[in-house]
Amino acid sequence: MERELTCIICPRGCNLNVEVNYNDGSNKNKYNNGYSKNYTIIVKGNNCPKGEQYAIDECINPKRTVTSSMRVSNRKDTMVSVKTEKNIDKDKMFKTMEYVRNTRVCAPVKIGEVIIKNIFGTNIIATENID
Amino acid sequence: MIDGTDKTKNKDKENFYEYTKKESYQQEKVENENMEIEKELYTEHNKEYDIEHDIVVIGAGPAGMAAAISAFDNNVKDVVIIEREEKPGGILKQCIHNGFGLHKLGRELTGPEYAAYYEKMVNERNIKIYCGTMVIDITKNKIITVQNKDGIFKIKAKALILAMGCRERSRGALNIPGTRPSGIFSAGTAQKLINCKGYSVGKKVVILGSGDIGLIMARRLSLEGAKVEAVCEIMPYSVGLKRNITQCLKDFNIPLYLSTTVAEIHGSGRLEGVTIAKVDENRNIIEETKKYIPCDTLLLSVGLIPENELTKNAGISIDNFTNGAIVDENRQTEQSGIFACGNVLQVHDLVDYVSDEAEIAGKGAADYVLNKLNGQIIIKTVPGNGVRYVLPQRINLIYEYNKNREDYKREISLFFRVTKPFGKIKYTVKLGDKVLNTAIRLKASPGEMEKITIKANDLEKISNKDEKITVNLEELS
Ligand SMILES: Cc1cc2nc3c(=O)[nH]c(=O)nc-3n(C[C@H](O)[C@H](O)[C@H](O)COP(=O)(O)OP(=O)(O)OC[C@H]3O[C@@H](n4cnc5c(N)ncnc54)[C@H](O)[C@@H]3O)c2cc1C
Ligand code: SF4
Repeated sequence: MERELTCIICPRGCNLNVEVNYNDGSNKNKYNNGYSKNYTIIVKGNNCPKGEQYAIDECINPKRTVTSSMRVSNRKDTMVSVKTEKNIDKDKMFKTMEYVRNTRVCAPVKIGEVIIKNIFGTNIIATENID
Repeated sequence: MIDGTDKTKNKDKENFYEYTKKESYQQEKVENENMEIEKELYTEHNKEYDIEHDIVVIGAGPAGMAAAISAFDNNVKDVVIIEREEKPGGILKQCIHNGFGLHKLGRELTGPEYAAYYEKMVNERNIKIYCGTMVIDITKNKIITVQNKDGIFKIKAKALILAMGCRERSRGALNIPGTRPSGIFSAGTAQKLINCKGYSVGKKVVILGSGDIGLIMARRLSLEGAKVEAVCEIMPYSVGLKRNITQCLKDFNIPLYLSTTVAEIHGSGRLEGVTIAKVDENRNIIEETKKYIPCDTLLLSVGLIPENELTKNAGISIDNFTNGAIVDENRQTEQSGIFACGNVLQVHDLVDYVSDEAEIAGKGAADYVLNKLNGQIIIKTVPGNGVRYVLPQRINLIYEYNKNREDYKREISLFFRVTKPFGKIKYTVKLGDKVLNTAIRLKASPGEMEKITIKANDLEKISNKDEKITVNLEELS
């Protein structure tokens, strides 16, 4: 099965052509969750190795960084910007947002400080200093 | 009162002593505690300015901070930055998404992280940022009038760097027919309200304009639980980065309608809906294609304009295409000693290039203060076929090359934008008929700034002073 993707790793945005072949000859639409090696993926159009990795991830287990901001409870009208430390599964984006929305932090906050621990395999960290 | 560095304070003090001696002023009065007040009274009424600095930077966004750092690192240590907001960082404070710094720092940061990285470097150099201080006027003699909670002051700079960024075009500039209900925001305002204030702007949203800010906001609103019904783009293509079309629209199944605009606004009190319609090549609305979309929020992401009111006050000419000052390769404007960089000079899509440009301006300003800028011949650059503008618009050549071999070998980068999306193309830079450089690209888009370099020593052979440098585009099949 062939897929056309746009690489989102850098602003160049290469067009990727991805060919997924299952070794049993079938053209399954659904990918098994990345762990069994019964398929091959051929990526074309990438201008660097990162593009290939992106295409493979995108076909097997797409991931995204989620960024948002969170209310600072002890500062008036103040938000602190946050992000997922590592990329999370794409289908967990909304769930992650919900956690972020329902959490308050207390200033001071330092860049890189962990705000929510261990959520979908990563942490939510601050991306801004609040004194 | 803005606090000068100790050095400048003493200088002012000395001037004051001189004066008092001359005018046989009462010496004791000067030495008492009220001296500072006296000094202020005196300076305000009898001198053109209150404080002096070698380099003053206006704006503490990424451009202003990088320019100040570069000036400092190029051996001018008396550098200050004036910022009207309470915190440095400029527009990056509200750009909480990631996608900053990949070129420049080799890793992907969010806007606030990129700003913090530069703020740290500014602090390490003890460069002072005066926050909450607005520049209200500049003159061609580099006297800056600033206002803050303590009043109005004048600062004299040896060199001045303009880094005021840009502002958004408003609906007024668009003239959409219909009512004027609430619920219509510029995309940047909505971004600030949501990201920095934690407000929710609406539940059902239409976005006009598919530039990066519009796309980023489509994703942000979707993640916040709003339904983005459509992104409309009047052009037949999007000027936003392709990665943003993928990760901001496709990820959330948001439709992008090209050659489409908002034809009418409906609702009294709060916005109730908009009529969208296709446009023809002349951007006229095609009546039969009109379609009503109910929504409570309309975001306008219809372009940015460099903030150049101050620049114009100083009598600096503005380029009609960039809407920024006309500059040379050091980013010096037509007024000697006044430099410009970042979004105030040309609207950038990547902050990394803002930082690069600011470093050039910072070095230029430092060289100016140290009397190292000595160009004598000016060659103009002009956009050729398929190219909208070229920056810098002029290049200063040093006449006697052997005096300065380092300069002789330098490379000059020309930045430009194409007029519309192209497939495979070839760029040719020429001086008169002589080819200086060529480059082939597989594709080009007006949304992405292009760069090509030329060598300064190639320009030496210029035979006719009126010869121009042109950047041309040629389509390859
Ligand atoms: C919404 C949005 C999203 C973006 N997304 C990306 C992205 O994903 N990746 C990327 O690389 N780039 C992105 N960019 C581009 C990049 O962030 C900007 O080009 C860059 O921040 C511009 O920097 P600047 O310093 O020129 O201007 P600004 O950041 O606007 O800074 C100008 C500063 O000058 C101050 N100022 C103005 N006038 C005065 C005055 N009279 N007196 C005192 N101070 C004054 C302002 O308060 C402000 O702090 C985005 C831009 C926007 C607007
Ligand atoms: S393939 Fe490499 S160069 Fe192309 S967009 Fe992806 S990361 Fe950038």
